[in-house]
Amino acid sequence: MTAPILDVVSVTKTFGGLTAVKAASFDVAEGSITGLIGPNGAGKTTMFAVIAGFETPTKGRVRYRGADVTGLDVHRRAELGIARTFQIVQPFAGLTVRENIAVGAHLRHRQRQLAHALAAKVASRVGLTPMLDRSALELTVAGRKRLELARALATEPKLLLLDEVLAGLNPSEIRDMVPVIRSIQESGVTILLVEHVMQAVMSLCQHIHVLAEGEIIAGGTPATVSRDARVIEAYLGHGAAKRLQAVDHADA
Amino acid sequence: MVQRSGFRLWTMPMLEIRDLVAGYGPTQVLRGISLDIAAGEVVAVLGANGVGKTTLNRAISGLIPVTRGRIAFEGTPIGGMSPVSVVKRGLVHVPEGRRIFPNMSVRENLELGSYCRAKARRGDNISRVFALFPRLQERSRQLAGTLSGGEQQMLAIGRGLMGEPRLLILDEPSLGLSPRLVEDLFLLIGRIAADGLAVMLVEQNVVQSLDLARRAYVLENGLVAMSGAAADLANNPKLQKAYLGM
Repeated sequence: MTAPILDVVSVTKTFGGLTAVKAASFDVAEGSITGLIGPNGAGKTTMFAVIAGFETPTKGRVRYRGADVTGLDVHRRAELGIARTFQIVQPFAGLTVRENIAVGAHLRHRQRQLAHALAAKVASRVGLTPMLDRSALELTVAGRKRLELARALATEPKLLLLDEVLAGLNPSEIRDMVPVIRSIQESGVTILLVEHVMQAVMSLCQHIHVLAEGEIIAGGTPATVSRDARVIEAYLGHGAAKRLQAVDHADA
Repeated sequence: MVQRSGFRLWTMPMLEIRDLVAGYGPTQVLRGISLDIAAGEVVAVLGANGVGKTTLNRAISGLIPVTRGRIAFEGTPIGGMSPVSVVKRGLVHVPEGRRIFPNMSVRENLELGSYCRAKARRGDNISRVFALFPRLQERSRQLAGTLSGGEQQMLAIGRGLMGEPRLLILDEPSLGLSPRLVEDLFLLIGRIAADGLAVMLVEQNVVQSLDLARRAYVLENGLVAMSGAAADLANNPKLQKAYLGM
């Protein structure tokens, strides 16, 4: 097995008296789609913030491609190839879709023309080409989620952190988005995703880590994790677990 | 006589919308929507993103003007009324995207939910909300902006319940909640509806919404494309194809 692209080593993050993440360790294999799931308030978004550099861990280290990046600023990590999306998408309202994506492209391309050309390329990967010259305000929720993905992709990341990019989409919109995420992986980008849409998590991820109350309580393949009693109790609930196992059997 | 007036009350829908046209400036998003919700009924409003579901909620709550058509709540026309007057009548809207006040504590956010209705029973209602969402009690003194996404969603729903609504509009309440919490939330919505509260449930979670709701409306392009008993719609091939990817 190749070395992991990301190695989270015993990370603890406290905010005042609140411990959001407690000595959590996990890694992400290069080239994989890895899931990070867990109940609301488990510390998933905090973990993303620590990995991307928005927060410094109270204890522990973050290693990326073998190097310790724990103390590095967000923009330095972005240059090294770590990009993230946000749960609540906030495009630059006064800019077009092309300009919004170009903001990400400017990380590596100073020239406006180059950034715009790259933006067009990225837009075609996420299905936003027809909207390139429209204002970002005109996008529907599904379109804004694609734009959020495109802005992160335009930084040409090696590791992409996706924070609930499927939330708020209806089943058919989710079905359209899943192949987009898969094609990003196929282009060589490693993906770590936080997501509650379990059918998509199960079909996309090769490996899943489960965070509950700040601690990693389980990890493994989607099939293993969805049968884990602790995961069902803390996160899935019995109804969702049953539905997932039914889908699993149907596929087998 | 008594029986007759009782009968009339029972048949009159709690919310009655007829040929509603509304939108933003020259753009009419809703192009003639008719919809009814009876007391104690859970009604799902479904449809792809961008068909006008949120605009419909905003028109009902008085957040945007009504161009044409009629909205009546318990027999009184409310189209064009201010949002405050709508809330005072017991029609409460939990908006999409949480919209909590990030720099106020969890408790203060809840207290604001009873700012113009049910103020006298504020303490009791806070206890009721804490019983529904124990997580909010644990974090009652924390600033709402420091809650996780799902906890903020609980807070938004809890704040909506603080005004003792007679009709509660929930715009995508399951957004960002874990599968287990979604299950709990839908059970909870069923339970509050059993107490006589009507719920208009705007959701992307089509399967579970149709499971919970008695009736549903499917919007397309600002019009009602399909409506009927939720169980029938769940088996409708057109709906399955368009929204469930089956």
